[in-house]
Amino acid sequence: MHPIVKLVAQRIALGLLLLLAASVLIFVGTQILPGDVAQSILGQSATPEALANLRRDLGLNDPAYVRYFKWLSGVVQGDLGVALSNGQNIAEAMGKRLGNTMFLATWAAIFSVPLAVTLGLVSVRYRNRWPDKLISGLSLASISLPEFFTGYVLIYFVSVKLRWFPSVSIVNDGMSMLEKLNAIALPVAVLTMVVLAHMMRMTRAAILNVMQSAYIETAELKGLTLFNVIRKHAFPNSIAPIVNVVMLNLAYLVVGVVVVEVIFVYPGMGQYLVDHVSKRDVPVVQATGIVFAAVYIGLNIVADIVSIVANPRLRHPK
Amino acid sequence: MNFQRIPISALIGLILTGVFVFMAIFAPWITPYGAAEIVGDVWEPASARFWIGTDNLGRDLLSRMIQGARITIFIAAAATMMSFTMGALLGFSAAVIGGWTDQTMSRGVDLLMSIPTLIFALVVLSVLPSTLLTLILVMAVLDSTRVYRLSRAVAVDINVMDYVEAARLRGERIQWIIFREILPNALTPLVAEFGLRFIFMVLFLSSLSFLGLGVQPPDADWGGIVKENKDGIIFGIPAALIPAAAISALAISVNLVADWILNRTSDLKGGRG
Repeated sequence: MHPIVKLVAQRIALGLLLLLAASVLIFVGTQILPGDVAQSILGQSATPEALANLRRDLGLNDPAYVRYFKWLSGVVQGDLGVALSNGQNIAEAMGKRLGNTMFLATWAAIFSVPLAVTLGLVSVRYRNRWPDKLISGLSLASISLPEFFTGYVLIYFVSVKLRWFPSVSIVNDGMSMLEKLNAIALPVAVLTMVVLAHMMRMTRAAILNVMQSAYIETAELKGLTLFNVIRKHAFPNSIAPIVNVVMLNLAYLVVGVVVVEVIFVYPGMGQYLVDHVSKRDVPVVQATGIVFAAVYIGLNIVADIVSIVANPRLRHPK
Repeated sequence: MNFQRIPISALIGLILTGVFVFMAIFAPWITPYGAAEIVGDVWEPASARFWIGTDNLGRDLLSRMIQGARITIFIAAAATMMSFTMGALLGFSAAVIGGWTDQTMSRGVDLLMSIPTLIFALVVLSVLPSTLLTLILVMAVLDSTRVYRLSRAVAVDINVMDYVEAARLRGERIQWIIFREILPNALTPLVAEFGLRFIFMVLFLSSLSFLGLGVQPPDADWGGIVKENKDGIIFGIPAALIPAAAISALAISVNLVADWILNRTSDLKGGRG
């Protein structure tokens, strides 16, 4: 077997194992904590009958590992159970929201990735001069800003004062693409700002690392033009780190979406999770938790696979 | 120490951090009104009576902000300290003991880090009672994974030094090696990291409270005050922007100080004035 195939297969297997372990962790986190789940859902004033009913509905009378395997076999078959609060099928309720979240995250990625890589390149090109200093100053500031600050500043100025975009991002099937994009303009802007700084700094570091290596100096000394140095030597070697940076930030994007969705009342996964956490709706929380974890771990695997495939030393073994 | 040599950015950071900490410590004495007291109309604009206006229930926003500074900084600091104690202790032990202990702990931390922090916090907080202690504990445990990684990495380097070897040979116990040999030498990088983790805690706490799962009303940290006043934004009332800006200001100023400390300590040409 080609060593690359083997490495990739190993990485995927490891990812699946990690996901399995994460599912245990999420389950343990919601079930076997000190205290009674039924009690904490219903509160101190619950009647004993109500408690007994809820315990039966949740299957709390079974031992924990039985409940876990029941839950896991459901999840693997796409059955995420029903919500406690309204009896809805979770998989159905979540499908649409997952699509909405992905839509938002994808558009944020479409804007932020090229922007971040370009700005990273600019700050390498003008290293230690004012564009670089400006960019790193701004990124330091934007790392310190909470999502809701950027979000509400944009709502206050762009949507309330200037009335350019709606402050609440409602999307539904009846809307055209353009209407949808208009609705999500502000959340996309916030998400872009959230990941931009981080992605840019990491791109800058990755490229600087490559540009300072000996083979780049050799290429310069043998008289190649700057363009050729970058095209033939620097670029192929920085694909892996840059893709890695991008993937890690996409994973971050999927998480950052939680707060942004709440700010803009966007009907996505984050909103769904937060709503049900405050209702203490354990099955929904578990289901959303495992989906978020799966997306996060999945993107991390993709990042690793790309850097394996992009590595010439692995692609052409001796 | 020579004050002339502090760069202007670090000075701004130090002053702002100082103001916030002052607000936090002396909160009960400097609030003009009680933080939970309804003293005016809903969302009054800034005036001589209410310096930055009133909030969604007619409470004085300045008083709530000052009280909020206390809650925010107290919880974030407590969680950071707990996370450092836990993370550093476990990280040092893993590095010194090695073998299976190290493997088990490190893989456990990998697992904990494979789920996004905010998501896992939400999952756990959905079943835990909403008290201050659980909040601090959840934040500390989740964050200690980062501290664990750093302190383990630092301790592994120190662990192979001759003086540690010497301590081992003269038969010192593990506690001695961790607290008397590793800890003093690992302190500098950990102190630099402390500021960054503190900022992360402030942002984390604010996000949780903003989502309604952190500090519970009637108390409110800055994230909670944003949540209380966010509905005013679409009517053009900027009350929610003030706590949000305060969080940003605190985070940026601590960041500036941490950056400066990091530069000073990593500067070999005698930064330690």
